[in-house]
Amino acid sequence: MNELDARSLLEIADDELILGWRDSEWTGMAPFLEEDVAFSSIAQNEIGHARALYELVARERGATADELAFDRSPDEYRCSALVERRLLDWEKTIARHYLYELADEGRLQELKASDDPDIAGLAAKIDREEAYHRIHAQMWFDRLKNEPRFTAALDELRPLLDTGRSEHTAELAELWDEMTMVRRSQPSGTRW
Amino acid sequence: MIYEVFRQERKGQPFQHAGSLDAADQTFAEAYAKEFYGRRGESEALWVVPREAIIEVEDFVDELNRNYHRVDGYSLKEKLKEARERAGRALVARDR
Repeated sequence: MNELDARSLLEIADDELILGWRDSEWTGMAPFLEEDVAFSSIAQNEIGHARALYELVARERGATADELAFDRSPDEYRCSALVERRLLDWEKTIARHYLYELADEGRLQELKASDDPDIAGLAAKIDREEAYHRIHAQMWFDRLKNEPRFTAALDELRPLLDTGRSEHTAELAELWDEMTMVRRSQPSGTRW
Repeated sequence: MIYEVFRQERKGQPFQHAGSLDAADQTFAEAYAKEFYGRRGESEALWVVPREAIIEVEDFVDELNRNYHRVDGYSLKEKLKEARERAGRALVARDR
């Protein structure tokens, strides 16, 4: 794995970790129980994907997945502006989910074609789970596509796909604070 | 809309009621059924049925109280015991 691969894997891992956290904010308060379970399970999958990707990069850099996930400062994260936003409206959350899954699909196809068997293998594995996320995103899209609130949310969020990955909003720092709270409360080297 | 989900645990086994789901349409129902009853490898197959499609029958008339039609109206255990005793006696009589 070269440094370029490692950097792009880290971008995806950060996206999956941060989106997983954002999606999990709906656990217990999604619009109805069935969706609560389904969406929480998607959130859990994304964090699982992040873990696997961090592990791959960590091996390359002589670090651990936890160190990569939690020991960097918020401005060192390489996640997209789309995933870090704290969205309090369901239609915006679904719009983000739809936009993300579309973009993620293209990215995974490229990784699946990688010369590095570890990268290609992991991408294929992740893609098999993402297929269900895409079905989920698509069914919500089909249902809401003519709702003005949903289309407005898509228009609002779409530009965030193309903004850079090095500038972050204060919302990421707030999330980071929450996300790393337990880890920071323990002396370094604590084993879980 | 409410959907009823039936689950088959292993190939060849009968489908059994797993639970109910509230879903906007068939696509959502299918996705949620997978999520609730198939995600952990616990099912071989699922039947997802709109509750409205189920024909419910619950009045069973038995005016003349013909309890021999019922599974509990005919005690096989008793009859079997008597038959065994008769057979036993017949054997003893024959051996004499």
